[in-house]
Amino acid sequence: MFGRLTWNAIPWSEPIPLVAAGMVGLALAAVIGWVFLKGYVPYLWREWITSVDHKRIGVMYCLLALVMLLRGFSDAAMMRSQQALAFHGPGYLPPDHYDQIFSAHGTIMIFFVAMPFMVGLMNFVVPLQLGVRDVAFPTLNSVSFWLTAAGALLINVSLVVGEFARTGWLPYPPLSELRYSPGVGVDYYLWSLQIAGVGTLLSGVNLVTTILKMRAPGMSYTRMPVFCWTALASNLLIVAAFPILTATTAMLTLDRYLGFHFFTNELGGNAMMFVNLIWAWGHPEVYILILPAFGVFSEVIATFSGKPLFGYRSMVVATMAICVLSFMVWLHHFFTMGAGADVNGFFGIMTMIIAIPTGVKVYNWLFTMYGGKVRFSAPMLWSIGFMVTFVIGGMTGVLMAVPPADFLLHNSLFLVAHFHNVIIGGVLFGAFAGYNYWFPKAFGFRLDDAWGRRAFWLWFCGFYMAFMPLYVLGMLGMTRRLQHFDRPEWYPWVLVAAGGAGLITLGIGAQIIQIVVSIRNRALLRDLTGDPWDGRTLEWATASPPPAFNFAVLPNVKGEEPYWGMKQKARQLAHLLTAEPSYSAILVPRNTATGVVTAFFAVFLGFAMIWRIYWLAGLGFIGIYAAFVAFAWRDRSEQEISADEVQELDRQNRLIRSSVLAEGVQS
Amino acid sequence: MTMASAYSPIDPNHIGHNNLDLDIASDDAPGHGEGGPASKQIIVSYGFWIFLLSDIVMFSAFFAAFQVLAGYSGEAAPSYDLNDVAIETGCLLISSFLCGVAALCASKRWLVRTELFLLLTGILGAIFLALEVREFIGLIANHQGPTDGAYYSGFFALVGCHGLHVTVGLLWLGTMMAQLITKGFRQDILRRLACFSLFWHALDIVWVAIFSLVYLMRFAP
Repeated sequence: MFGRLTWNAIPWSEPIPLVAAGMVGLALAAVIGWVFLKGYVPYLWREWITSVDHKRIGVMYCLLALVMLLRGFSDAAMMRSQQALAFHGPGYLPPDHYDQIFSAHGTIMIFFVAMPFMVGLMNFVVPLQLGVRDVAFPTLNSVSFWLTAAGALLINVSLVVGEFARTGWLPYPPLSELRYSPGVGVDYYLWSLQIAGVGTLLSGVNLVTTILKMRAPGMSYTRMPVFCWTALASNLLIVAAFPILTATTAMLTLDRYLGFHFFTNELGGNAMMFVNLIWAWGHPEVYILILPAFGVFSEVIATFSGKPLFGYRSMVVATMAICVLSFMVWLHHFFTMGAGADVNGFFGIMTMIIAIPTGVKVYNWLFTMYGGKVRFSAPMLWSIGFMVTFVIGGMTGVLMAVPPADFLLHNSLFLVAHFHNVIIGGVLFGAFAGYNYWFPKAFGFRLDDAWGRRAFWLWFCGFYMAFMPLYVLGMLGMTRRLQHFDRPEWYPWVLVAAGGAGLITLGIGAQIIQIVVSIRNRALLRDLTGDPWDGRTLEWATASPPPAFNFAVLPNVKGEEPYWGMKQKARQLAHLLTAEPSYSAILVPRNTATGVVTAFFAVFLGFAMIWRIYWLAGLGFIGIYAAFVAFAWRDRSEQEISADEVQELDRQNRLIRSSVLAEGVQS
Repeated sequence: MTMASAYSPIDPNHIGHNNLDLDIASDDAPGHGEGGPASKQIIVSYGFWIFLLSDIVMFSAFFAAFQVLAGYSGEAAPSYDLNDVAIETGCLLISSFLCGVAALCASKRWLVRTELFLLLTGILGAIFLALEVREFIGLIANHQGPTDGAYYSGFFALVGCHGLHVTVGLLWLGTMMAQLITKGFRQDILRRLACFSLFWHALDIVWVAIFSLVYLMRFAP
């Protein structure tokens, strides 16, 4: 009846996951209870859960990422403290649990923090920057988000019901095969990734179509903001790479569930094929993450330097070059496979070539700042911190692209330091820069800048303190994923790294304080103009938060940096450029529960497959199908916002902008 | 939502003069260059094409896995009946043709004929599936099932993945037919029908690759 699921699936003997899960459960129950008591349920259901507005979905993606960041970071803190305590001793985490923690940390940070954060920012910003009203497929967008959330939920369920994989964040066979990992840990990994992966793929299809087919009149490719270009490159990579992940996890699933022999040791299975396939997805994946971050930095640096981006076209070419090259380097993740000097040489050189377009970008950012009137607000600090940090990470990457050097550094903490250097210094800093930069657009008030800067400095110093010692440790021969060690020369560096994790904890604390303080002082931080940073791209041309339809009239784009152009011209003439347009009614897509219902059944489907409860899996599938049929059968897919309402909302926006303009002329 | 509503009164034929400000005279059609957002019909088909491309990437991963495993395991090739495979191929190709005929009937708004040709499309798809299942059962009985060796694992996964797509296609087809009866030729339903045609033809393309690279390559020297 319940497959492999019994009461013993709950780890009664392990206090740490039980207590952690109990606390999370209590917090969750408290939040849900509070929401119910306050009567917010209908509001949440109507305005957020069933919303198909790209802005709401983008915000929910970022929220999911921030919550999962806490989970992923607590795993990191446990690993650092375990290693600090496990010199000549067992520490406090048994190997079995420690292995689950490092696997969960990597999986969560990549799939449920970095990915949703970037997808969320793209979702929120891209249609606004393109000057259109939504993404190409609004309901599909909601399905994508909720499937990602379903995957995140499953991975958290593994904390209390059963176990998580002990195989590392990429479950290399034969360890991940049923014979060596007989538990449900790898199954949790496979199903949560498969479900979230479908969500990511659909979101990639959606954004590619949006960028290529839906742009405001006049917005030719060479007038798109660089963030849209990087989003395009990133989503093209999603469309091209995520199907490989789907296929690879499906193959491992077939091995584990139906006794196939893709990656087994016997009967002709080929474990290295898994490694090849997974990195054919995995390397593009790191560019899927970093490219939108490059886009964020480009926007932030241009805005906060008060200058157009230096070398716009070279930036576009560099972005697309990285997009193509990212598919030609996957083998550098396993030079030690023994493919031979020629193959390793080819992939080593291709890897080093990627440093060239990346270098172009770094110089473009520097030259953008040069001669500019740079404002050092929080988004700009994250960007400058990124430039310093990422260059170091890039250089250690080029170092490891040399195959003979890689043979020494492979699987060492040097590697761990390298990819944290680029992922934290690049992707996460980019996410935080974007979060600080676009928060006022989403909510109508700025984040507190002082706490934002404190958070930056704590994170920045914490990062260096936590990861620079890992480079040294890697050079000293310490391999990754050690549960305990007994080499005295490593010990001081391990302690320093633990201290760095402590500093990062304070940084996260500062971020929590920042959001609390900002919400409390929201009246003071209110952004009435919709353009708090003196922005250059179209998202700043509409109100903060933007109305459901984004733009009352689609903007007419006449050059790069369209909003800056409009503002300049308006300042010269000292009045708003256009006379009040004639407003017409706007059709916006109606809310639908399709996304959340699909994800609800997907959770059951995944959970049932993990525990081999096949009847429940069947029900889950039927539920998903029924949700789609119900969606397909509805008669009204759009609702109208009347011309009067559009006019009223747009008049407010124009009024404020005119008064700001008048002040600007006087001063 | 209608993107066009904001400027279509000025530019009913989408010839590019799409704004009151005529100082940029763009000749681009909607969805291209400076022409503003494309029509919904184009957006839907375009997006579905992108999805199909991603699906083909997934198939290519299974193709690659099959080739790797078939090349190294030294097992005998699966002993399928090539006549059956020929019939399967014929069924699928004809069903793709009939699907095209159904699309033409839909463009003429001929409900009964559209339904009829969709039904024939589905029946041929079902015959294809039945033959494939029979082949699978025979192979398993012959100790050439997916658990008997990596070569067969690759074979079953690749061909089975295609079969799974056909199954999902049939489910979709049935749903579409029911929808046509209850809702008629509504714009959104026509768009879905176009997507289904794309899907069905794409499965044909994948099948041609499977037929050549999996079934016929056995005879290559």
